[in-house]
Amino acid sequence: MTNGTTSGQLDTIPRLLARNADRYGSKAAYREKDYGIWQSWTWVEAQAETRALALGLLELGANPGDHIAIIGRNRPYLYWSMVAAQMVGAVPVPLYQDAVGEEIAYVLDHCSARFIIAADQEQVDKVLEVQDRLNGLDHMIYLDPRGMRKYDHGKLSPFADVQARGREHAGKHEATLRDRMAEQNGSTTCVMLYTSGTTGRPKGVVLSNDNIIETARHSSEFDKLRAGDEVLAYLPMAWVGDFIFSIGQAYWTAFCVNCPESSDTMMTDLREIGPTYYFAPPRIFETQLTNIMIRMEDAGSFKKWLFDRYMEVARRVGPAILDEKPVSFMDRLNYRLGEFFVYGPLKNALGFTRVRVGYTAGEAIGPEIFDFYRALGINLKQLYGQTEASVFITQQPDHEVRPDTVGVPSPGVEIKIADSGEVYYRSPGVFVEYYKNPESTASTKDAEGWVATGDAGFIEEDTGHLRIIDRAKDVGKMASGALFAPKYVENKLKFFPNILEAVVFGSGRETCAAFINIDLTAVGNWAERNNIAYASYQELSQHPDVISQIKANIEEVNRSVAADAMLSGCQIHRFLVLHKELDADDGELTRTRKVRRRIIEEKFDDLITALYDGSSSISTETEVTYEDGRKGLLKATLQVENAETVVTSTPKVEAAE
Amino acid sequence: MNDMSPESYVTADGRTIGNVVMDMRDITLKFGGVTAIKDISFDIREGEIRAIIGPNGAGKSSMLNVISGFYTPQIGEIWYRGKKRPPMKPYQVARQGIARTFQNIALFEGMTVLDNVMTGRLTHMNASVISQALWWGKAQAEEIENREKVEKVIDFLEIQNIRKTPVGRLPYGLKKRVELARALAADPQILLLDEPMAGMNVEEKEDMSRFILDVNDEFGTTIVLIEHDMGVVMDLSDRVVVMDYGKKIGDGAPDDVRNNQAVIDAYLGVSH
Repeated sequence: MTNGTTSGQLDTIPRLLARNADRYGSKAAYREKDYGIWQSWTWVEAQAETRALALGLLELGANPGDHIAIIGRNRPYLYWSMVAAQMVGAVPVPLYQDAVGEEIAYVLDHCSARFIIAADQEQVDKVLEVQDRLNGLDHMIYLDPRGMRKYDHGKLSPFADVQARGREHAGKHEATLRDRMAEQNGSTTCVMLYTSGTTGRPKGVVLSNDNIIETARHSSEFDKLRAGDEVLAYLPMAWVGDFIFSIGQAYWTAFCVNCPESSDTMMTDLREIGPTYYFAPPRIFETQLTNIMIRMEDAGSFKKWLFDRYMEVARRVGPAILDEKPVSFMDRLNYRLGEFFVYGPLKNALGFTRVRVGYTAGEAIGPEIFDFYRALGINLKQLYGQTEASVFITQQPDHEVRPDTVGVPSPGVEIKIADSGEVYYRSPGVFVEYYKNPESTASTKDAEGWVATGDAGFIEEDTGHLRIIDRAKDVGKMASGALFAPKYVENKLKFFPNILEAVVFGSGRETCAAFINIDLTAVGNWAERNNIAYASYQELSQHPDVISQIKANIEEVNRSVAADAMLSGCQIHRFLVLHKELDADDGELTRTRKVRRRIIEEKFDDLITALYDGSSSISTETEVTYEDGRKGLLKATLQVENAETVVTSTPKVEAAE
Repeated sequence: MNDMSPESYVTADGRTIGNVVMDMRDITLKFGGVTAIKDISFDIREGEIRAIIGPNGAGKSSMLNVISGFYTPQIGEIWYRGKKRPPMKPYQVARQGIARTFQNIALFEGMTVLDNVMTGRLTHMNASVISQALWWGKAQAEEIENREKVEKVIDFLEIQNIRKTPVGRLPYGLKKRVELARALAADPQILLLDEPMAGMNVEEKEDMSRFILDVNDEFGTTIVLIEHDMGVVMDLSDRVVVMDYGKKIGDGAPDDVRNNQAVIDAYLGVSH
């Protein structure tokens, strides 16, 4: 095997792989549903596959420090590609598979990728389209040979061929591979990940082996992860979370990474695998909850009654039982019955029966959504993190889980709050640098290693939990001086099944106003049940009944916002329902589906004016980008509505100058 | 007959078109007093995409039914792989490696997609009735082997997510794809597609076109298709036969056919 095991140093991913093959050899390392069956690979097999590819890369002439881009959905082969790249001393750079040509071109050019490992024809085509603008591209490797036969194979090879050539020429490259792996240590670059960035060009975050492995070790111990745990890898491979879960933690604890058959079968595959450790952004939990609620609307009256009755019990005592707090005997009994009739089958249908630890992060999750899952007995927790921290900044310990905080600092992480309210952290996971961007590195990370998160928050004195209010640059003051925290209000709005996305405006203004995106699944279902015909998203969004429902939702949020003295200024006075869904392809959301406020403000400038000038409707034209990159123009006339607000005694004004 | 060069050749996009695999000679098909097909001859080459076009009632579907053995022509000969084909039942034709889809979807609505596609493998299953009923011995081994083939087709046509869904619940476009899957599952050498894109929207048509090209490219399957959408026909096919009132009025490459005056008059519409 490698030198790693003999020296006992576990400071690189390839060394962890060697250890796992030694110690957990016959245990499943990867599974992928293919041809309707879960195909699996043990750690020994995974090591053999990875080595073969690494040798193949050497045969192709891969040098230390080369960048190897990886584009595709989560598949074992692509995870092996990342580790194989590390073995030969190259740096894996996973990319978002749904990125359009332009984004791919920028990243590939920025890191001068020498090799690209692409999943299929679609990804290869995207690269070929922009190849003239790339410097340093040497060879492309593709996984799925379908449709590739007629391509010029001068600089293109199938994955299996590269592995075969690696095996064939093993003798020639064994020594080089051993030397390359021996040269590496904790400070060697482990991976480079491009942040989607809510503003500006993506930045390449360089993470070292120490960053990843230390973080994986701490976080695995924190949640007592172990060999034998199961995760479903379905989140973008380019996202740091997936790298930590499916490579960092998976290699540290030797648990099994399961890859779904396709993105459409994700929910079925989740049920079949029944992961014990699960991660999803709030969006997924929201979608699932919306689906459950829709299905219950359609259910028979007895089932609906049973569901409502026991969900009431669960909401009341479920989280307390999960946190092992005292609960009366009758409530416990009732919860048991509920488990039998409702929660158990529901968790089974969702694939959450075996979940020991579940996390959500990326965006704040609506407290109601969060409580719903905890009420069912799913140990769902929040964590707060970012790419620059190798994910973990804070996370919630068992029994201290609350929807309104993001938990205590993760092991090894220090936190401080600047005078401006911005959260800073320092940890072993702090990134090395932004690739080829020393200015940004310097402005983000100071000499002592403190990193600015860009989020405003505070630490609760009694519990030590961190609470995030909003993005630091989004938190503002209204004209009256009252605090303006758009995300806070948006999250409340998004809990309503009808509302997919909301954008609240009001910084420096007298009142707040909002854009609303309807949820086509929920509203479409409602329309179907009420025999309301509609031809398009646009038409449905402007239906008077839809608008009046949204209005009722907003007024409910206003009442809840008014209850918080500090934020009562954020009540929404006027709103409109957007004629198109905010979309990452149009640049309105990031690839991780965060709202890009500034771009939306620029793009829908005319709509914002209409929100504030009192007009009752506005005609607008919007450019949209289709999936294949073509652009089109969308014309619409939108209703602008007033919403009732609650008058509070003068909102508490912070001592403004 | 036109361009009857016996040698195989390579198309502009790099596919190899082989020798004549099926030769229809002077076919005439009558239903009582109605002559559906009048003395038509054309050939199909190995690995090509051959389109049959024509106005409604031109006899296109009848022609496909003659190829699939559903109708037996009163006059004429069908030569398959250098041998004259005697009159055959459709199942015998199917065993020769010719599979088809239908103009009106003919799937088992109550069965799942998987089961429907499995029926495409029927000609490849030889276990006895008793063995099948008990699902024991040969039947079991056969099913596992055939399921593997079927799964490859499911993967190829990207219908994994509806594998266990009853066909009756699927939208039209997907049903068409399932029909193609069933035909493909039979491992055909010649695939007959009767209006594979009828009633589809643009996106579904694009998908279906891509699948047809992929099938041809990946498995080298010879494809004979009837289609009304001229854009699709001209884009997909290597050679086109044009029929009108049971007669052949044109035969050749899409561009030749497009410029053929008889074809323009009969089909593409010209003021008379």
